Amino acid sequence: MLERTAYAFRLIGAKVVNGVWRVGQLARFFALILLHSGTSFRRLQLTLREVYFSGVLSLIIIMVSGLFVGMVLGLQGFDTLQRYGSEEILGVLVALSLVRELGPVVAGLLFASRAGSAMTAEIGLMKATEQLAAMDMMAVDPVARVVAPRFWGGVISMPILALLFSAMGVLGGYLVGVMLIGIDSGSFWAQMQAAVDFRRDILNGVIKSVVFGVAVSLVAVFEGYDSDATAEGVSRATTRTVVTSSLAILGLDFILTSFMFRG
Amino acid sequence: MPSLVSLRDVCFSYGSRDVLHGVTLDVPRGKLVAIMGGSGCGKTTLMRLIGGQLKPRSGQVTVCGASVPALDREALYALRRRMSMLFQFGALFTDMTVFDNVAFLMREHSDMPEPVIRDLVLMKLHAVGLRGAEALLPSELSGGMARRVALARAIALDPELMMYDEPFAGLDPISLGVIGQLIRRLNNALGASSIVVTHDVQESLQIVDYVYFLSGGKVVAEGTPEEIRASRDPWVHQFVWGETDGPVPFQVPAPSYEEALLGVQRA
Repeated sequence: MLERTAYAFRLIGAKVVNGVWRVGQLARFFALILLHSGTSFRRLQLTLREVYFSGVLSLIIIMVSGLFVGMVLGLQGFDTLQRYGSEEILGVLVALSLVRELGPVVAGLLFASRAGSAMTAEIGLMKATEQLAAMDMMAVDPVARVVAPRFWGGVISMPILALLFSAMGVLGGYLVGVMLIGIDSGSFWAQMQAAVDFRRDILNGVIKSVVFGVAVSLVAVFEGYDSDATAEGVSRATTRTVVTSSLAILGLDFILTSFMFRG
Repeated sequence: MPSLVSLRDVCFSYGSRDVLHGVTLDVPRGKLVAIMGGSGCGKTTLMRLIGGQLKPRSGQVTVCGASVPALDREALYALRRRMSMLFQFGALFTDMTVFDNVAFLMREHSDMPEPVIRDLVLMKLHAVGLRGAEALLPSELSGGMARRVALARAIALDPELMMYDEPFAGLDPISLGVIGQLIRRLNNALGASSIVVTHDVQESLQIVDYVYFLSGGKVVAEGTPEEIRASRDPWVHQFVWGETDGPVPFQVPAPSYEEALLGVQRA
């Protein structure tokens, strides 16, 4: 019994130590990326190519999801608001929910599973097929040439995707609220315009999405670069990217929200 | 003539597993040297030590007069620009065409204008017989073709030292002969020194100038191809003629076979 308890404690201890160790490695890797980011900006086409792969190719899923989330918000919001006779503020509800929370968070989660996993798999497979080792042997730093452009591509794409998600969501809310249910179009837009503050709501939403972009891209490139050079290793790394970055988004969202909207 | 690469008493281990203990060898300028030995004897490790990807536990690794383990990153990268390595499976960049793969180093390390790069890439591809494949992606190439493209990429900036990791593994006899002749011709044309890590004895003996045999982490035999063919050393004889019986065991060290089988029955 005692032995089993000791074993359980050892296991927990090892997991905690391992977790702290990985966070340290992640921080070091982040510093390494920042240090080797010169190439990403000097040769902008490298980064733009990654913006295409992680941003442009995520457009469809982000825009369609945004539209549906906005439409659902319109239906649910109307259902609740009409009990209090406040249907005309449906636009405010939809817009604030989206730009403050759902835009950055849901777009971040989708981005992690669509682009983050692809980044991890690509870098992991490049490692497994010795492409990174070959690059290093050619005196070309893989962090500068492969990792940093992908990281910055993700960081640039994420806020744009979150904004598009919110915009499509507002459009979805409009379609349901105004076109389907028949709320007055003028009050839908006017209330929204009056209640949504650029700095407090939109800018904070953008800041959130930038932070999520950094978190997801960093986790994705780190997991790929750190993966075991086998098929199983790459598959595990891809899963870890989606799980870790999704949890990071939700955790960071709580912290950021508590600082941004304290009252 | 001074050696381009020289190793003195090099020891290396992965964690607690000893891989090399006390390897000493030289690669003279302009010569093609083969390092042979069975799988897992430390051949590839040796090459990674020369390329500075690994550091020895003790001993000296000198390339072009510089002690490789003592170099900082910048100096190591400067040295690596003078050498090139052909990886076992080519390690072509899968997101680039054949042309871009060969042009990669030129674009990274030189300011040559694109028309000059284009001419140089076509020349390199012509040298390996693949000028017509410039627009293909690595996934559209056969194993032999991929190896040849990797070779063209490796010679892109005319290196002083070429390292080949198992260049003959998994090739059909024709591709094997072609790659072998290419390695020899390129060595002569570039005036480079080359190291071929391989266990393909017959093909290598036809093209190399000198051979080192590695076993158990040590150099167990060396000599010119003629000396190797004529060697009476039982180890070399078994390896060169591919005999099943001899001093090199087929089995990984294990407890006695009988004990292992009976042990299972008793349990």
